[in-house]
Amino acid sequence: MTRTTRMLILLAAVLLLGTVGAGAVLHAAHRSDMRDRQQADGPTVRAGTVSLRSAPGRRLLFRNLAWGPHRDEIATVPADRPEGPRTTSGVKCLRFHAAAGTGICLQAVHGALEDSYRAVVLDAHLRVLHRFPAAGIPTRARVSPSGHLVAWTVFVSGDSYAGTDFSTRTAIVDTRTWAIDDNLETFHIVKDGRPYRAADINIWGVTFADDSRFYATLATGGRTYLVRGDVGARTLTTLHGNVECPSLSPDGTRVAYKKRVKGASPDAPWRLYVLDLRTMKETATAEQRNIDDQALWTDDSTLVYALPGDYGSDLWTVPADGSGTARRLLTSAVAPAVLD
Amino acid sequence: MYLADSRGTKAAVVPDSRPGRRPAAVPGTVLALGAVSLITDISSEMVTAVLPLYVVTVLGLSPLGFGLLDGINNGVGALVRLAGGHLADLGGQRHKVVAGFGYGLSAVCKPLLLLAHSLPVISAVLAADRTGKGLRTAPRDAMISLATEPATRGRAFGVHRAMDTTGALLGPLVAFAVLRATVDGYDAVFAVSGCVAALGVLVLVLFVPRRVAPAVAVPLPGPEAPYGQEAPYGQDRPALRDALGLLRRPELRRLTVCATLLGLTTVSDSFLYLLLQREGALPAHLFPLLPLGTAAVFLLLAVPLGALADRISRRRLFLAGHGVLLLGYGLVLSPWHGVPAVVAVLVLHGTFYAATDGVLAAATAGAVPARHQGAGQALVGTGQALARFVCSLAFGAAWSLWGGRTALAVTATALAVSAVVASFVLRTTDEVPA
Repeated sequence: MTRTTRMLILLAAVLLLGTVGAGAVLHAAHRSDMRDRQQADGPTVRAGTVSLRSAPGRRLLFRNLAWGPHRDEIATVPADRPEGPRTTSGVKCLRFHAAAGTGICLQAVHGALEDSYRAVVLDAHLRVLHRFPAAGIPTRARVSPSGHLVAWTVFVSGDSYAGTDFSTRTAIVDTRTWAIDDNLETFHIVKDGRPYRAADINIWGVTFADDSRFYATLATGGRTYLVRGDVGARTLTTLHGNVECPSLSPDGTRVAYKKRVKGASPDAPWRLYVLDLRTMKETATAEQRNIDDQALWTDDSTLVYALPGDYGSDLWTVPADGSGTARRLLTSAVAPAVLD
Repeated sequence: MYLADSRGTKAAVVPDSRPGRRPAAVPGTVLALGAVSLITDISSEMVTAVLPLYVVTVLGLSPLGFGLLDGINNGVGALVRLAGGHLADLGGQRHKVVAGFGYGLSAVCKPLLLLAHSLPVISAVLAADRTGKGLRTAPRDAMISLATEPATRGRAFGVHRAMDTTGALLGPLVAFAVLRATVDGYDAVFAVSGCVAALGVLVLVLFVPRRVAPAVAVPLPGPEAPYGQEAPYGQDRPALRDALGLLRRPELRRLTVCATLLGLTTVSDSFLYLLLQREGALPAHLFPLLPLGTAAVFLLLAVPLGALADRISRRRLFLAGHGVLLLGYGLVLSPWHGVPAVVAVLVLHGTFYAATDGVLAAATAGAVPARHQGAGQALVGTGQALARFVCSLAFGAAWSLWGGRTALAVTATALAVSAVVASFVLRTTDEVPA
């Protein structure tokens, strides 16, 4: 083969592969344009103002996933009419939570070269109070019942070439002082009654009891644990095994969580359980499907959580005591919070 | 002795060995292989950069289980590398075929990701991708060795590694540009990555000669180099027995032992970055920048340090590189903290790679006869990779026992001892500077 022949083949291949690649990009770009158009069968969505202040009637806040110009914005519906018209806020978040007039919003920042992420603390009018850079992809966010503390978890992939080596980073911020603990892995860990340290520790899914105590998941050595944390003392103490993404009930007596069950497919290993913190008795909920979310208590007996849906995910609800059946609460939504 | 074959090796330039001349230009074959690596790395780093995002935000899966598979993949990858090196030597030169198969396998994996929607399937695709990488590494390094005259191999490997790293740095930029244009079009990223990988394979097929003959026919340097008695190059089939018998060559044995010994005391990148973040109290959001720092320094220094290795002896530079790494460990343990300290550690870490990665391959090339280049490269590379894997396991355990700081101090001490032993072992067989 002469040099010219080789160059011609290369040129033809560059054109062909370039066309295929450009086609794939254009196809994907067209699809993303579609997502900006409202679907006829979708929920009614209206732009408006969303406040975190207490108002008459319970409201559900969430990230709206319905296609249209207000996709990904924080939206609200009355808690008793979840499928009713949605009011969107103009604030876009990947993850969101709110309590007592404080909101935490985890956002992507589309930079020129790379996406970065940040955690934004919002006031009752969803105005930005403070921004913190985040080290990776947002996954969990929580505000303490008083609104004073906020926590978030992101996924970090550290070693670029290995590529499959993931870990989590969890941070807690005191909104009164803006002091940040940006890696809970540096807390003093007590596992099974003894001090413990390891390089492979990961912590995620904080849920607050009050302004000092919280619960979270600690993973090490291929196992997960429910830990009780103390913000002031900077300690984490293991309480129970096989607990992920805990969520504390409003009365502080139980934790809803993802339990890895035996015999489930490795792809869908988690079921929604509730742990009684006094008796350490586990109760399976009536939700039989795999769940990968930090559940939300809308009152002392009801759980809300996200499951995959037609437009990303839907919110479902199930009684916390193992009775009843799971039913869909609203479509095209994720990251719920409830406001009284 | 076999003389440089002109058939199909226009790329492998005849070296200009007249005294006082600048070293010959880097052979076309090396540039072609560098281009293949650059293109392939763009493709694979595109996927690597967005895979966690894709798994978490699109598939809604937890990526934490992935880490466990990494170890298994690394072990399999090391063994596949041995097989790749041996197969490449068979029938007098199948380097291009085996390397092509490895690049091809990885290329096919990219579009397969479009169909993989569960962790086990994604893990299987990644394992196949890793197998392709394992297969191609030794034949590729063998071709670089064969295409280059011995006196400039350090520089040739430096050029290749610099091109390779350039691709690794460009990949994430391309991936995020595609994501930006398509608003979360991960399928477009995988499709483009597949196209880029196919282009890499095509460049290999078109521009790397089918048979890379040795650039020169001079006997190998060193005291035990009566290789003139060997069968004429490329005329017999090296048996597996011969490949393992390579370890009977004192020069290669010493190199393998030293690479393994030093590999046993080389902390993996992820542990080092983790410690750097903890000890230096680095803000968490700067963490993703750490590997970029190392790669940038590696990229800048690979060629000059490769050329330096050609002048002052590759073994010496390989040892000096580990000395630089030791300095880096010392800096992590020192009370000097803050961003300048972190930058200094990354500079030392990148210098370590530039002084050892291509340089070890160049040193290996000088210790193995031409017909065993594939197996020789695989042997040293596998020894080093497995040793680093063992070090990772031990380091993780030591961290649990004593904490990260003490674990690093112990490893640094062991590295110092290994370096002293290695310099003693390698002392007797120093190359004759060209």
